[in-house]
Amino acid sequence: MHFVVCAKQIPDPETPPSAFRVNEQTNEVIPAQGIAPVLSQFDAIAAEAALRLKEAGSDVKITVVSLGKESAAAAIKQVLAMGADEGLLLDDDAFQGSDWNGTVKILSAAIQKLGNVDAVFCGRQAADWDMGQTGVGIAETLGWPASIIAKDVKLDGDKLVVQRVLPDGFQTVKTPLPSVVTVSNELGEPRYPKLAQIMQAAKKTVTKWSAADLGIDASSVGAAGARLKLERLFIPQSGGNVIIIEGETPQEQAQNLVKALQADKVL
Amino acid sequence: MAQDVLVVGELAGGAITSTTAELLNAAKSLAEGGAVAVTLLGSGASGAAAGAFAAGAGKAFTSDDAAYDDVRADQWAAAVDNAIGQQNPGVVLFAQSPVGRDVAPRIAFRRNTAAAMDCVSVAMDGGAFKATRPCYGGNAQAVYSFTTAPAVATVRAKSFDAAEPAAGASGETVDLGAAPASNIEIVGMEAAVSAGLKMEEAPIVIAGGRGLGDADSFREIEALADAFGADKATTGASRAAVDLGWYPPAKQVGLTGKVVTPDLYVAVAISGASQHMAGCSGSKMIVAINRDKEANIFKSAKYGIVGDWKAVVPALIEAVKAAK
Repeated sequence: MHFVVCAKQIPDPETPPSAFRVNEQTNEVIPAQGIAPVLSQFDAIAAEAALRLKEAGSDVKITVVSLGKESAAAAIKQVLAMGADEGLLLDDDAFQGSDWNGTVKILSAAIQKLGNVDAVFCGRQAADWDMGQTGVGIAETLGWPASIIAKDVKLDGDKLVVQRVLPDGFQTVKTPLPSVVTVSNELGEPRYPKLAQIMQAAKKTVTKWSAADLGIDASSVGAAGARLKLERLFIPQSGGNVIIIEGETPQEQAQNLVKALQADKVL
Repeated sequence: MAQDVLVVGELAGGAITSTTAELLNAAKSLAEGGAVAVTLLGSGASGAAAGAFAAGAGKAFTSDDAAYDDVRADQWAAAVDNAIGQQNPGVVLFAQSPVGRDVAPRIAFRRNTAAAMDCVSVAMDGGAFKATRPCYGGNAQAVYSFTTAPAVATVRAKSFDAAEPAAGASGETVDLGAAPASNIEIVGMEAAVSAGLKMEEAPIVIAGGRGLGDADSFREIEALADAFGADKATTGASRAAVDLGWYPPAKQVGLTGKVVTPDLYVAVAISGASQHMAGCSGSKMIVAINRDKEANIFKSAKYGIVGDWKAVVPALIEAVKAAK
């Protein structure tokens, strides 16, 4: 079987809010000083789901795909170090400024060109824009089913059995292959590559495809093909006027808080 | 400029959900005089249409086929796409729900247009539809316009008020017929064990975080909720605490958990990462209890207690009980 894991390099979401800045003229996030970009955590968990199936005894090849400039190669390297077999970097100036429509077009074209892909694993959302539509978009474009927000993924013959996280519990669904799965943090921690695996990953093949390789018309992707236009990016202001409840003892603090809540009629 | 707006409705117990009513009210202002239509799918859909008309819809595309009761994205997308073909709306609104997450992108890509997910505001601005949504874990907000139609958006619950139901309102009903076949088989459902109030509906939510130190400490969080009253308060947890296995995933508040908007949100030993605040910043009042006076949670709180929760929470339980 052939699985594809989609991986995205993003600004570290653990960046403290105090170091998070945006340029409101260009509507871009200003990279925080000294904080390196990382593989989106949900994508690492998606890779973990695919690797667990490979280790469960299935004869599986895993290709990790990333759309981005050369910097995206770091995301590919990390998933290769986790245990994926091959890397694929989708890089072309025409891809710059793609919205989700463009991103899905490019990824879907790459999956079609790879051929014989049985399942695509994506994070439930990328932890930068938090949009959560790329996985379903790929499924729709390829005419496949998608099982979203998975906490467990298993193979049952030629079907995928996925336990999904819903607001009121866990739902188990079965879909035929090929299929898309988007994976959530409930699956568990992704593995941390050992040094030997990182060394090994450096020797694995990473192919690079351009718009021409994929047969994509440059005007249909990138900023030119975008359906969504980012009009404004800003940091919302939070109150910042906290009233610290004082008191000599925790009992006094608690009583003073209760008095304040009573005055505000929430108690 | 008038345009038609289609709301993808959801049903609970044979009636439209409160979020559907909110979306219908939002749709009325987005339509700027155009028609507001709704899709209602599943058992009791045609019976629920009256409620949708009272909430602002002028037309309901319905199917009473029970196949729609369990949401399978392929079936739902086919029905919604059918309604779009008939109505030709400029805007399609979903709730940010399992339906919205699964079906809205399918509609956007099927129609070669775009979706903005998890919006907190949608509005017409000088004739253009604009959608505002949090991003970067809640650190920032982005405002989008669309270059193609229909614009598809999923909207968070309680982003809009519902209208007062209009007595005697009526509208046109269009039958969408039976659901097509699905290639998604639902094998089972394991309901989350939830005692008491639903977190999204409780007037008071007491949430605990990683700073509690262990799973057992959530008993104190539960005791504090009980002190406020089992009919008023329930408990929640941060993603960090849930990922550590201290509390059930169904109780997670935050970007990847539930969004709650209670009258009072008490955050105990929660640092207030942006992804957590994305789930509780709509609360009417936040009270923070944290040892670290620099913790981010204090930026959003109205009241704060700087101290060790192990001393503060038991004292607060006593003080709340005494006040009742």
